[in-house]
Amino acid sequence: MSTRRDWPLWEVFVRARRGLSHVHAGSLHAPDAEMALRNARDLYTRRGEGVSIWVVKASDIEASTPDERDPFFDPAADKIYRHPTFYDVPEGVQHL
Amino acid sequence: MEGVYGNDFGTDQQPDPDRAAPDEAAFAALLAGEGRVEPRDDMPEAYRKTLIRQIAQHAHSEIIGMQPEGNWISRAPSLRRKAILMAKVQDEAGHGLYLYAAAETLGVDRADLVDQLHSGRQKYSSIFNYPTLTWADVGAIGWLVDGAAITNQVPLCRCSYGPYARAMVRVCKEESFHQRQGFEILYTLSHGTPEQKAMAQDAVNRYWWPSLMMFGPPDDDSPNSARSMAWGIKRFSNDDLRQRFVDMTVPQSEALGLGLPDPEIRWNDERGHYDYGEIDFTELFEVIKGNGPCNAERMAHKRRAYDEGAWVRTAAEAYAAKRARATESVA
Repeated sequence: MSTRRDWPLWEVFVRARRGLSHVHAGSLHAPDAEMALRNARDLYTRRGEGVSIWVVKASDIEASTPDERDPFFDPAADKIYRHPTFYDVPEGVQHL
Repeated sequence: MEGVYGNDFGTDQQPDPDRAAPDEAAFAALLAGEGRVEPRDDMPEAYRKTLIRQIAQHAHSEIIGMQPEGNWISRAPSLRRKAILMAKVQDEAGHGLYLYAAAETLGVDRADLVDQLHSGRQKYSSIFNYPTLTWADVGAIGWLVDGAAITNQVPLCRCSYGPYARAMVRVCKEESFHQRQGFEILYTLSHGTPEQKAMAQDAVNRYWWPSLMMFGPPDDDSPNSARSMAWGIKRFSNDDLRQRFVDMTVPQSEALGLGLPDPEIRWNDERGHYDYGEIDFTELFEVIKGNGPCNAERMAHKRRAYDEGAWVRTAAEAYAAKRARATESVA
């Protein structure tokens, strides 16, 4: 921003319970990391939706382009042998 | 590479001259296949602008909507009701924040949207320009106003724009408590003293027609509806949603033991729906124009709260800057 008019934007990731990963819940504005955490608790876990929160400054996130046909992902497209369904299994063979 | 979701691709950035104009055919195909549009996708400018306007208006409505009910927090009839009402009003603030965040993924700044609300260039739902005269009004708002809002919002969970749809999923989950608490308030009053029952009936009488108007003008007078339907922003027409709300609400009013102020309401076997009387939309347009009972009061309160909170925002920023400097000098 040329002139920042609002607090920085933070992305919020919430772990719903132990054993699960943190999942993106949404974003919020806060002046610093500590306030971002407190605001995230009030905004995204009012009903016990989480046991752990990460906040990350949105400007610190690097992302690939949104295009679904992004050549970035091309290397994966022609390697169907990475999927188990690629292989022929003789009839009657089990547990394979 | 650029950041996700955030302000960093915001309004101050110059459009990339090398970037091709959005491929309208590809966009139409994506929508036809029930695909979802995500923040940095190419999208027609009119689609983006429509979404910004709708999501911002929705966010503003949640924020202004805190006022009529907040008005009763200090006068709630019991500690239980007071705790519930505070939680509900806090939820409305949360809904506003989810929605501002969804709007910001389209490349606008929340600060600008708030400015546009304060200067009257953007609107909020006209239902919040009606006063809450009695405690029963808090019940009527929960039952009717939140009920109408849920009817409008459930289809938005399948909106073609991903961040808006996701915000609506969260909002709808929380709204169902709002509607039930309103129903419970009215049920309690309706089964109380004759005076309490009369108070409940009066609240329902005043909020019924404005609630029906929340679905917007009739279909043949709603010029933008068709385009929003084609874009997957809107899933059902205004009149269809209004009918759905009437069909749900009439049996609930019978369970409450309260009447609805429309003598023409009756079941129509042929249509499989309840018939209802004609809505006087001149009232809706008057309220939208600014001539409702509380338009000026709501905006004055909002601006005052914003101005009086300025020192908190400044102090938090100064503290963050001081801490950042301290960290730098240590490193």
